[in-house]
Amino acid sequence: MSHSPQTDGVRAGRLDAATLEAHFDDLYPMLNDHEARVAADRCYFCHDAPCVTACPTAIDIPLFIRQIQTGTAEAAARTILAQNILGGMCARVCPTETLCEGSCVRNTAEGNPVEIGRLQRYATDGLLMAGEHPFTRAAPTGKSVAVVGAGPAALACAHRLAMLGHDVVMHEARALPGGLNEYGIAGYKAANGIAQAEVDWLLQIGGIKVITGSALGREVTLEELRSDHCAVFLGMGLAGVNGLRIAGEDLPGVRDAVEFIAELRQCEDLSSLPIGRRVVVIGGGMTAVDAAVQSRLLGAEHVHMVYRRGREAMSASDYELDHAATEGVSIVTEAMPVAIRAAGKALEVEFAYTRQGAKGLERTGEGFVLPADQVFKAIGQTLAGQPEVLTLEGGKIAIDSAGRTSLPMVWAGGDCALGGEDLTVTAVAQGRDAAMDIHASLTGAAV
Amino acid sequence: MANLTSNFVGIKSPNPFWLASAPPTDKEYNVVRAFKAGWGGVVWKTLGLDGPPVVNVNGPRYGAIWGADRRLLGLNNIELITDRPLQVNLDEIKKVKRDWKDRALVVSLMVPCDEDSWQGILKRVEETEADGVELNFGCPHGMAERGMGSAVGQVPEYIEMVTRWVKKHSRMPCIVKLTPNITDIRKPAEAAKRGGADAVSLINTINSITSVDLDDFCPEPSIDGKGTHGGYCGPAVKPIALNMVAEIARSRETAGLPISGIGGITTWRDAAEFLSLGAGNVQVCTAAMTYGFGIVKEMESGLSLWMDKKGFTSVDQVVGRAVPNVTDWQFLNLNHVTKARIDAEACIGCGRCYAACEDTSHQAIWQKPDRVYEVNEAECVACNLCVNVCPVENCITMETLPKGATDPRTGKVVGDYANWTTHPNNPMAQPAE
Repeated sequence: MSHSPQTDGVRAGRLDAATLEAHFDDLYPMLNDHEARVAADRCYFCHDAPCVTACPTAIDIPLFIRQIQTGTAEAAARTILAQNILGGMCARVCPTETLCEGSCVRNTAEGNPVEIGRLQRYATDGLLMAGEHPFTRAAPTGKSVAVVGAGPAALACAHRLAMLGHDVVMHEARALPGGLNEYGIAGYKAANGIAQAEVDWLLQIGGIKVITGSALGREVTLEELRSDHCAVFLGMGLAGVNGLRIAGEDLPGVRDAVEFIAELRQCEDLSSLPIGRRVVVIGGGMTAVDAAVQSRLLGAEHVHMVYRRGREAMSASDYELDHAATEGVSIVTEAMPVAIRAAGKALEVEFAYTRQGAKGLERTGEGFVLPADQVFKAIGQTLAGQPEVLTLEGGKIAIDSAGRTSLPMVWAGGDCALGGEDLTVTAVAQGRDAAMDIHASLTGAAV
Repeated sequence: MANLTSNFVGIKSPNPFWLASAPPTDKEYNVVRAFKAGWGGVVWKTLGLDGPPVVNVNGPRYGAIWGADRRLLGLNNIELITDRPLQVNLDEIKKVKRDWKDRALVVSLMVPCDEDSWQGILKRVEETEADGVELNFGCPHGMAERGMGSAVGQVPEYIEMVTRWVKKHSRMPCIVKLTPNITDIRKPAEAAKRGGADAVSLINTINSITSVDLDDFCPEPSIDGKGTHGGYCGPAVKPIALNMVAEIARSRETAGLPISGIGGITTWRDAAEFLSLGAGNVQVCTAAMTYGFGIVKEMESGLSLWMDKKGFTSVDQVVGRAVPNVTDWQFLNLNHVTKARIDAEACIGCGRCYAACEDTSHQAIWQKPDRVYEVNEAECVACNLCVNVCPVENCITMETLPKGATDPRTGKVVGDYANWTTHPNNPMAQPAE
């Protein structure tokens, strides 16, 4: 170990390899058989269960928990995956506290929901680790569909289409499929290569060709895809990032949080990844939390996460914010960045305190300055590089309830499309449902 | 504080909690541990004829079923009577009784159905100065194949005959332990009474197969790929035992015959229920085997606290208190009308009451927006299923319609007590006098 958390500047190797490995291992390990049995025993098998209603993919949660409880985790996995082919990652990254677990009647009974997320992971990981793919393809339809992107929405769409007998070609701009699961979330939520393992397992269905390094508008155009295939699904996510639009934004040491997270996720040796002694993360969403927490886990001594509005307005969940606080992230709210300046060998960020005024957010006149070796911007992502022919709404591709865009035989879903809450699970639901509509359009089958 | 001392057919013990004849009472070591823990008495594990000791299987003796969180609900066993030499047991019994004079020590016996065998063993038991004997006419496995245990308990004439021999050849109090593997528990109890028994104890274990191994298709517990029925016990059998105790307690023929209650007693509350249905004391086994002897402290403190709250100063005041309220179906008040009521504040919205009522009962619960559940009194027959499946204590209750109110289901006004015997739909109805 060449450096410590107290070393000034942006340095690699602040923590020893063993500590780093522990820091980026599973935040919560998989339940063992006994733990799963105990957790499953708590499910009341509710009628018309609220957890199912709360799940964007409408997994039959009481059924899969009962299947675990009766010793048939494989059947439980099938119940989950039939609704949500990325059930393994969703079990890790879903904000369960606001979805299934948030609606569990055990909250009312004793303030402690059934551990649905961990039970889901218990079931899906078992199947994943066994390398068993429980679905088979229908007879070939002779139809082919192009899918742009290889993130959750695109993968869910591709898998469902392949299962229904269609041939699928995926165009992924990056080097690896997986989308945000592979590039955009904290390492400890997807430890031990689970994101790629899940993609590999998903592709076992067959009939899906993945072309990486192929971006829409760069290597391939929408027109080409439309002419070469019977239908197109757009699931390329949000490639653009919002800027702060303040002085000093382009100084060395200032970067986008998504880029930092992607670099970290692809880094083979975390002790080679430099991190500042003092890190400032600007933003209040999941990306900000993941950047801030992982900065701490890499060995940053002081990490501030600063958000311009109050905590209640943050899109990061209470659960995630509590986790960040536990990991030593200082969360500052109601402060907006005014300027970033060079300060010796490092930087400093000037913030102005804010309050809610009659005309919206306004400065109070007070402020403070935070020294920083690194500044991560995490104030939102935007659609970029989309074909101009598509109708947009609210900065995203406009779609109807079936995922249809303004162009015939072109569907869209996931973060690039309207609706959803930028959640993996919503993306999966949109991709899956678009596939069903594509299938209906191509074959005349009833959805 | 309530006085828990017990005098059961002249056998005194500091509390009414005895350990039943079973593995926990097979030898001095266990029994002394039990007495140290506070048990009022034990029935020593069944002794057999002198001679080559009984042999047991060398594979699993027990099978079980579990509830949530692996809570043991039912246990079965294929263990036989003691497999230790008779004299070893007798010597230990004598020593333990000498060391623990204030505790009850009853010896369970099972020998072939001939007078000499019984006469012989009774003489040797008397020499131990044990407080009494219990005749094991109950064990349903193994020994029953050899004409003992439940093979005797299933034939009232044999019960009477052997009991008569025991009373003839011994001065000791004689408790006859009954098998539940019969159609009418009153018949063997009557036979025991005719034979001169001082008391009956019940229930012994129930014929059972706890599960089947679905890999090798063998019943559990499995001995080298084969299984046999064992004796079932534990919390799961308590309702069966309570009914059998009550049937004997309220039968005209056996009324007043002391009963030692056995069957799934796990807590003070279970014990109090057995006492109230006519048991003079209780015997425990599975709960001790599950949790160890320490549970007797909870049983003592719980029974004592409850008796204090109720104003009972002695166990006798509890014994039989519920017996007058056990009756035949035909005497139940058909004009007693209740309706389920769901406490919206306590409700957690699981909807199990709705599923149960809608799918399997009378469609008398409405599911309203926001998972609010309400009873439709016009359809509710008061079956109580919703109460039983609700996971929240006291969330759903049965409310009694007062006399004079109209039952919205039948449109009839709630009237005075009336039962089936005088009901107009009963072809055998007796005209009301």
